[in-house]
Amino acid sequence: MTRKTIYVVDGARTPFLKARNRPGPFSASDLATQAGKQLLARQPFAPDELDEVILGCAAPAVDEVNIGRVVALRMGCGQKVPGWTVMRNCASGMQALDSAIANMEVGRSELVLAGGVDALSRAPLLLSEAMVNWLSDFYAARTLPRKAAVVAKLRLAYLAPVLGIMKGLTDPNVGLIMGQTAENLAYRFGLSRTQQDEYAVRSHQRVARAQDEGWFAGDPQHGLAAEVAPIFDEAGKLYKDDDGLRRDSSIENLAKLKPFFDRKYGTVTAGNSSQVTDGAAWLVLATEDAVKRHGLAPVGRIADSQWAALDPAQMGLGPVHAATPILRRHRLALNDLDLWEINEAFAAQVLACLEAWKSDEYCTTQLGLDAAAGELDVDRLNIDGGAIALGHPVGSSGARIVLHLVHALKRTGGRKGIASICIGGGQGGAMLVETV
Amino acid sequence: MKPVDNLSPVEEYRHFRLETDRDGIAWLTFDRAGSSTNTFSTEVMRELNTVLDVLATRKPRGLVIRSGKSSGFIAGADVEEFTRIESTADALAIVRRGWDTLNKLAAMPFSTVALVRGFCMGGGLELALACRYRIAVDEPGTRFALPEVTLGILPGWGGVMRLPRVIGPNAALDMMMTGRSVDARRAKRMGLVDASVPTRVMDNSARIMVLEAPKPRELPLKDRLMNGRLKTLVAKIALRQLEKKARREHYPAPYAILELWLKHDGDPFAPPEGDPASIACLAQHPTTRSLIRIFGLQERMKSLGKESDFAAKRVHVVGAGTMGGDIAAVCAMRGLTVTLQDQSAERLAPAMKRAAALFGKRVRDKLRARDAMDRLIPDVSGDGARHADVIIEAIFENLEAKRALFARLEKIARPTAILATNTSSLKLADIGEALADPARLVGLHFFNPVPQLQLVEVVAGERTGREWAKKGAAFVRQIDKLPLPVKDSPGFLVNRVLGPYLLQAFKLVDEGVAKETVDAAATRFGMPMGPIELADTVGLDICAAAGKSLAGGDAAMPKSLATLIDAGKLGKKSGEGFYRWVDGKPRKGPGGEPSDALANRLIEPYLAEAKKAVEEGVVADADLADAGLVFGTGFAPFRGGPLHYMARRGS
Repeated sequence: MTRKTIYVVDGARTPFLKARNRPGPFSASDLATQAGKQLLARQPFAPDELDEVILGCAAPAVDEVNIGRVVALRMGCGQKVPGWTVMRNCASGMQALDSAIANMEVGRSELVLAGGVDALSRAPLLLSEAMVNWLSDFYAARTLPRKAAVVAKLRLAYLAPVLGIMKGLTDPNVGLIMGQTAENLAYRFGLSRTQQDEYAVRSHQRVARAQDEGWFAGDPQHGLAAEVAPIFDEAGKLYKDDDGLRRDSSIENLAKLKPFFDRKYGTVTAGNSSQVTDGAAWLVLATEDAVKRHGLAPVGRIADSQWAALDPAQMGLGPVHAATPILRRHRLALNDLDLWEINEAFAAQVLACLEAWKSDEYCTTQLGLDAAAGELDVDRLNIDGGAIALGHPVGSSGARIVLHLVHALKRTGGRKGIASICIGGGQGGAMLVETV
Repeated sequence: MKPVDNLSPVEEYRHFRLETDRDGIAWLTFDRAGSSTNTFSTEVMRELNTVLDVLATRKPRGLVIRSGKSSGFIAGADVEEFTRIESTADALAIVRRGWDTLNKLAAMPFSTVALVRGFCMGGGLELALACRYRIAVDEPGTRFALPEVTLGILPGWGGVMRLPRVIGPNAALDMMMTGRSVDARRAKRMGLVDASVPTRVMDNSARIMVLEAPKPRELPLKDRLMNGRLKTLVAKIALRQLEKKARREHYPAPYAILELWLKHDGDPFAPPEGDPASIACLAQHPTTRSLIRIFGLQERMKSLGKESDFAAKRVHVVGAGTMGGDIAAVCAMRGLTVTLQDQSAERLAPAMKRAAALFGKRVRDKLRARDAMDRLIPDVSGDGARHADVIIEAIFENLEAKRALFARLEKIARPTAILATNTSSLKLADIGEALADPARLVGLHFFNPVPQLQLVEVVAGERTGREWAKKGAAFVRQIDKLPLPVKDSPGFLVNRVLGPYLLQAFKLVDEGVAKETVDAAATRFGMPMGPIELADTVGLDICAAAGKSLAGGDAAMPKSLATLIDAGKLGKKSGEGFYRWVDGKPRKGPGGEPSDALANRLIEPYLAEAKKAVEEGVVADADLADAGLVFGTGFAPFRGGPLHYMARRGS
């Protein structure tokens, strides 16, 4: 199949804001609107010239379920631009890009705003099942004595809320929390706590360097507008930088943290996992025709994409399964790519991907290769850090890594790269990105 | 407005349509001929009277009165006709006709419903009050008010009698004595309407109201007492509050309204001849003439925005200081998409905060307030300029900086975009030199605080194109402000006239007159705020800079002003200037009783400068100067504007 050329024209995201044990200052639609309206304001076309808006979101709030449409209207795209929402857990943002591409391939759309968002700090607290049943009985009781009888049955334990986010991060088939799937990989590939912590420290160091060098602020020389757009809350407070970064991160500090998912005996801690965060990321995608019609200046193109699935208990290896078919299709070796982005759900999970590619056994039995794919050069991987330092607002990460890969390639003079992400439930997604 | 399900043929009058539906309900649609707005002229009122006579004999099951205009329900009396009234007898005749007609409506032996969609003002509200029921259509445009007081007159068609009976005297006196309007939801809460309904069920709600004929709402006991036994006490309290706000010799109307309610139960014919609450006395009072004049001038400024069909969708504002930020917020509040540019996101933050506060206060509906905030787009890189229909520069007053900015903007702006500067002290012609096409450069001089002050001076420089200036005025109307075209001369109109006035105030202080006394002299004359307090509010450094640029730099600064500036006491913003400011209010000492001579000395330079500005052609004529100075400086409205005042006192 010959693909249409799908151009990346521009993109922007909010700063990623770490959840701090209470609802954050922005709802998911606030985040997506604020980043999106600034991105649209700098385009040569008007917002109502978009063919559609597609937004990935893993956990839309109950009052903005089709958040894609909510945000399209809020950004001023007008009533006539359709907006919709896609959901593929951690890859919802990448799914939005791929859904845009699919519609562009068949000629339904020429110019699309696609991205992802989640406000994990606003994940709901749910009532326990026992409490819901009790409330049903209470409302059903019509007479005062019956009501009194129901009240007498209320137990304090019923009041304990269920954390929506813990439900969301637990695999409903195998019953594991995501961090436990990372423990599985650490065990399988023999990844030590220190290896994981070292990886985490490096992620923080790389994000710190990128902030200091202004690499998130765009690069006009290479035709790159700012990647991070400043956002403001109602009190006029400005949020302009990713705030999960720990500049004091060190092996010693991380060593103090206790394993979170397999308490006491595990190796995966809050420090070597991605952070729980709020954020939104968008890309403007256009076909060749749209580029000509609107006089756009694309910075990259998405040359290929791939989805794959595997054992949910090993979900962290999703990138290996998604990226390998792309490598084969384009006859590329791991290090033929100038840069790689593999979303850092967990340090163990990224490291496991590298190990899997190095393993003859894994590559032959699981990926259908003749031998190991080889050793991915870590200097090409996540060169400006990743979700361990930036956070992982689930729905938006897939869009963020594609956007950042374009920026990083342009800056370093690279031509090709792959952005890949693991997906809760046992899937992986990958996109081949080229600069123009 | 949908046609009713008719049984009878439609009866066409000149200004009304009468139909009867299957339930036997008469639907009377007011659709004034030859006008986009429903108002009551003599002819219209006569015709309404005729229709009511017909209905009185026909006795339908009920009557629904509604508007055939998309603009609103009824705007009140025909002001144009009103301003042409020559004699007191004419005025009395108009009041009598409306009073009798609406009493006839109130006495109909069947259910009557006013179905109000859009504005319902003055005589319109009095008509609604004469109906047994009122239904408000819950739309942003639906507003109820009795604004007669702002023209120096009183609601003479039964408003003073009926409104207190419907909503209680406290709320009624407040509405009548201030002219304040209320929206549909508020009207429902205060009992002014029996129901507030969405548009889609408005007709059905009126039908059901007639068919069910519920018992009209009874006023709470507290309000009934205040209308009865406690009436005198209520009036006394209201009077005390009124005396703090307006002096009777300046503004007789609110006093007359209060007395008419207290002593005559709202009957405008009850006060004896020569009574200050009588229509004859009000009609002859110079304040009434002045206020009607100001109303006319306001309408004239509004019409100045109609000389171009320019309509902006997107605005780009450069400079997020107090001025630029507030201009951007006001534009966003009026439905425009606004990009706001400054050098860094940090500089934008205070503007975003003020905008959120403004929308929270002025836009009642939370979702609509959020929409306004969504339309305001931070734009550090300035890309929004490319899409804007209006680009407004509001950066610091530096000629070179402005020139450089406009040279850049002109290159990226749409060819149809207005290039506007908010400069107050620089010459447009000088800024325009940087442009390939200086005809596009228009001055849009806003006043601080932008959300409150209606006036915007539309400055045309020597090379500003006539069409561009008209587009500028149209834009000013689009954001619901009043455009005043002025010539490109130092201080334009408003600041030029304020300059010598403030200077005089400083001189008086230098001479040893207490600042409180100076301010009291001004407020007693009718200014909304004394000049010293005004200077503190504006900022003493800004006053000094403006003074310097107006005087050409060679005038000596008043001693009192110079001392304060040297001490870093710059007024409200620094916590202290002439006054010490606590919680946004000046701490004032006792001061002395100001004499008329002092007031005259203070105001004389103001008047002289206004006269000079007109003579030099800064504005087109004396009327527009009066309009600008009343709306721009708050010059005592009851005096009709400085030039009108001078002409009348004969100087």
